[in-house]
Amino acid sequence: MAEKFIDITLKIWRQKDAKSAGKMVDYPMKKVSTDSSFLEMLDLLNEDLVNKGEEPVAFDHDCREGICGMCSLFINGEAHGPDRGVTTCQLHMRMFKNGETITIEPFRANAFPLIKDLVTDRGSFDRIIQKGGFVSVNTSGNTQDANALPIPKVDADNAFDAATCIGCGACVATCKNASAMLFVSAKVSQLALLPQGKVEATERVLNMVHQMDMEGFGNCTNTGACEVECPKGISLDNIARMNREYLKASIIAE
Amino acid sequence: MSEYGITKSSVGRKILMALSGFFLLVFLLQHFAINMLSVISDDAFNTVSDFMGYNPLVQFALQPVLIFGVIFHLAMGMYLEFQNTKARNKKYAKNNGAANSSWMSRNMIITGVMVLLFLGLHFYDFWWHEITEKYLEGGAESFTGSGRDTTRYSHELQEKFVDIWRVIIYCLSFVFLSLHLLHGFQSAFQSVGFRHSKYTPLIKKLGTAYAIIIPAGFIFIALFHHFNH
Amino acid sequence: MATLDSKIPEGPIKDKWTNHKNNINLVNPANKRLIDVIVVGTGLAGGAAAASLAEMGYNVKSFCYQDSPRRAHSIAAQGGINAAKNYQNDGDSTYRLFYDTVKGGDYRSREANVYRLAEVSANIIDQCVAQGVPFARDYGGLLDNRSFGGVLVSRTFYAKGQTGQQLLLGAYSALSRQIGKGKVKMYGRHEMLDVVIVDGKARGIIARNMVTGEIQSHSAHAVVVATGGYGNVFFLSTNAMGSNVTAAWKIHKKGAYFANPCYTQIHPTCIPRSGDHQSKLTLMSESLRNDGRIWVPKKMEDVLAIREGKLKPTQIKDEDRDYYLERRYPAFGNLVPRDVASRAAKERCDAGYGVNATGEAVYLDFKSAIFRYGTEKALVEGIENPSAAKIQELGKAVIEAKYGNLFQMYYKITDDNPYESPMMIYPAVHYTMGGIWVDYNLMTTIPGCYAAGEANFSDHGANRLGASALMQGLADGYFVLPYTIGDYLANEIRTGEISTDLPEFKAAKKEVEDRIAKMMNIKGTKSVDYFHKRLGKVMWDKVGMARNVQGLTEAMAEIRAIRDEFWSDLRIPGTADSLNPELEKAGRVADFLELGELFAKDALERRESCGGHFREDSVEVGGEQEGEALRDDVNFKHVSAWEWTGDPATSILHKEDLKFDNIELKQRSYK
Repeated sequence: MAEKFIDITLKIWRQKDAKSAGKMVDYPMKKVSTDSSFLEMLDLLNEDLVNKGEEPVAFDHDCREGICGMCSLFINGEAHGPDRGVTTCQLHMRMFKNGETITIEPFRANAFPLIKDLVTDRGSFDRIIQKGGFVSVNTSGNTQDANALPIPKVDADNAFDAATCIGCGACVATCKNASAMLFVSAKVSQLALLPQGKVEATERVLNMVHQMDMEGFGNCTNTGACEVECPKGISLDNIARMNREYLKASIIAE
Repeated sequence: MSEYGITKSSVGRKILMALSGFFLLVFLLQHFAINMLSVISDDAFNTVSDFMGYNPLVQFALQPVLIFGVIFHLAMGMYLEFQNTKARNKKYAKNNGAANSSWMSRNMIITGVMVLLFLGLHFYDFWWHEITEKYLEGGAESFTGSGRDTTRYSHELQEKFVDIWRVIIYCLSFVFLSLHLLHGFQSAFQSVGFRHSKYTPLIKKLGTAYAIIIPAGFIFIALFHHFNH
Repeated sequence: MATLDSKIPEGPIKDKWTNHKNNINLVNPANKRLIDVIVVGTGLAGGAAAASLAEMGYNVKSFCYQDSPRRAHSIAAQGGINAAKNYQNDGDSTYRLFYDTVKGGDYRSREANVYRLAEVSANIIDQCVAQGVPFARDYGGLLDNRSFGGVLVSRTFYAKGQTGQQLLLGAYSALSRQIGKGKVKMYGRHEMLDVVIVDGKARGIIARNMVTGEIQSHSAHAVVVATGGYGNVFFLSTNAMGSNVTAAWKIHKKGAYFANPCYTQIHPTCIPRSGDHQSKLTLMSESLRNDGRIWVPKKMEDVLAIREGKLKPTQIKDEDRDYYLERRYPAFGNLVPRDVASRAAKERCDAGYGVNATGEAVYLDFKSAIFRYGTEKALVEGIENPSAAKIQELGKAVIEAKYGNLFQMYYKITDDNPYESPMMIYPAVHYTMGGIWVDYNLMTTIPGCYAAGEANFSDHGANRLGASALMQGLADGYFVLPYTIGDYLANEIRTGEISTDLPEFKAAKKEVEDRIAKMMNIKGTKSVDYFHKRLGKVMWDKVGMARNVQGLTEAMAEIRAIRDEFWSDLRIPGTADSLNPELEKAGRVADFLELGELFAKDALERRESCGGHFREDSVEVGGEQEGEALRDDVNFKHVSAWEWTGDPATSILHKEDLKFDNIELKQRSYK
């Protein structure tokens, strides 16, 4: 409730670029407001570093309201930190104690190569979507009327829940195998649940899974960590649905 | 699309992993049922064991399938683990896995390897013994039924559990088996895509029951024979 | 320099777009393969345009500063998207949507553009459903609608509180499909730093690869700028941290007129600033005002006690509360339009009644709604003589079902439980109606250079209605630009590939490199944010919700002074040839420092109050409307389009007179 001020020590992964070796560096911080968000705390650190003439810590962020999926960070051993249902930008310092040491690392996976400090390249997600995360309809607007095809509310709602994925990569970061199954299955599910997407369902699941494997993500071992750490609460139901879709597709496909 | 064969994709392999897991679950159940007979009645145990040991269908059809299933499950498990480790070369300095997943789910390879080591001992104790008995020393004539001792099984079983160290190893291994099953049972359903708001909670309960009752039963059998003979 | 020819087609308003489409030039499919188009920005307008142009056969290069096109800030839109579908059979029509939008914009938008927008709005919904956008549906499986922003019909389609996300992901999927086919070449983590003009036409851009620092030249037969609004000139806004004016500003400096920069929407229901550490503001959907009552204490001693933490808002009796919107606007109460609600909050806080430590917050209270819903629910459930606690419980459940995600978001940010204690809100900069001037074809005053979405000025006049931004972005991207650009490109089929070795490209590239080098070499003592925060404070204090001659004049001088200081005392650590967020920010703030001055100049020049632009010297005097905004249709019924001269203070004003043939101009009243 009331604003408090805490002293903390940050242990942050610093790495100049993809080729350099990196290391953890300690940064003590004094009088951090518990009302500030985690990224605002990093802003403060960076402001200090700039004033001292040092290079600030590079980290990805943009909307700062938990929807763009740009922010990442592995904080104290958890993707997006210890709070649930939030992205790093929505995580607030009141989750931490005075005197605490906070470890901050980039999302680690071979499929997310590191660019600098805490910034990684999540282009592998885009490439998976490019292999089938769409309905092959042109944007002419000359499609049938939006209400021509009723969709059961429960299907529409489930499709929506799957579609709320923000593509941040927390599922990959937290998975002990760096598996992208939750991300891929969310898109496969969304489109498999809607009649518009069913037309291409077979090819979609095969192509997207193939691309996922090519990118070097690990296999799913159903630990369920992804679901817990997902800031949008994407359900494991989607992974099961994708497994089902895959089974169907690999039996049917010629 | 056939270039993406089921054995070549991560999802496909997990489905195969689950299917072999299901098969092993069924096998384990019947193995347990037969072993329980040894506690109840030596005769019944001997009759069933003899049937299992000499029925051609069991020996020449089911046994190879079982061996294939075990080896497949093992080899695929190792291979997937290898791939999984490779997917993240640089590890986290701090990783709080306990915050989001069970120890069992994160350490299937450890529990699996422990069970594998146990299987080595177990095969040496029983399976190798049977093979020697039947094929190396006994020869083909033992299958005709007249030239063999059909009551040796309960006795042989009891002998194995005299040594306290063997009993301890067996019991510990069953604990690992239990941990493996606690995750594996329900995980197999998820891998083949069986998930349902009504039935999944039931499956999870059933899985927990299976994972506790079966290994506990095996432990009971081992202890029973150790202390009763 | 170019003259302002809006190129509005002849004929009755309802036939203009159809006739125009029938008469403009088309490019033969085989020739489209020979034509390159650059699209900067991947939000609703840019993403949709890039996908559509690629489908039509053009070679598209798409740029965004984010790592992926899926992250553009359109994604953050919450409420919904308007479309004149009339699914609810409540009398909606293209004309009504057109009328509401023009009126909502306080009669400062172009009739023909707005009518076209209303006309294509229905196609957007068809298109998005076909793409697999999961809009909310009713139990019959048909699309659901909600009402929004005080209009009289239910025409807003929505996907819970994430409509923008779902629509953007729809556009992103269409774009991804074209990237997969090789028709769009995607450049993520690239920032456009200049436009290249060859023989008076836009022929390409200069972009910086933000990872390697490489300055690249990209050529094309047309350039589309769809880079969003410039709300971040205020430092604190609901925009994304990276949202910037740079691309729009660069084309402005190369000849594109900038229209109505002073039209800014300040949204009344945002979470207040909590302290100096704050980096951005978070919007709480306008829909909350349907059930929340806005108030501040009547007595100053209560205000002080609250600030000191001695008193809780829940302890203040009803008669000691000032429900100022209900008091001032009995007819509309808490549902007055955004600009009115924002100004009223500012008025109370300026008078000293703000309820948090910064003095800039008012209460949005759900107590009566919880009581009302709880009582209703108890009746429905047949509970006789329900206890107060039971009513509370039932009422909270109803509120949770309606606004659960917003309440949770509020709780996560403030650590205050809005079910127990009233929310605190304060207005924040949200959207900019002004932008690059475009004609009916969305072409800027640079031939071959187009502006789409929030980046252009076209459709919202001086104030935007709720759920109209998404509509405009997608309309521009999917249905307007892909047609109108053909009219220009039809003359480019013989041009052939454009070489980036042309002297114009080399000169533009050098200009960009020199500017970066200059910034890096200042080696002063202050960070970029230091200047950005100061700019933001001047903008908010003097060019914010209420503006006057003195403040605006001072603002222009102060912004100029900050700009001078910026260019002499800025410090950027690191190097230009690597990922350097400080350098990126510096480039953007440098442009904001120029735009800010033009913004103030435009506000100074427009001596009327209209929509989001409120001049204290243009208010109703006497009568019931005393003190309310006063529009001046005699002198200011025009678009102010500014031409760059090298210095914002001397920018030249061009006026495009607005004609209203289909709508009668009226003064807005909410009393």
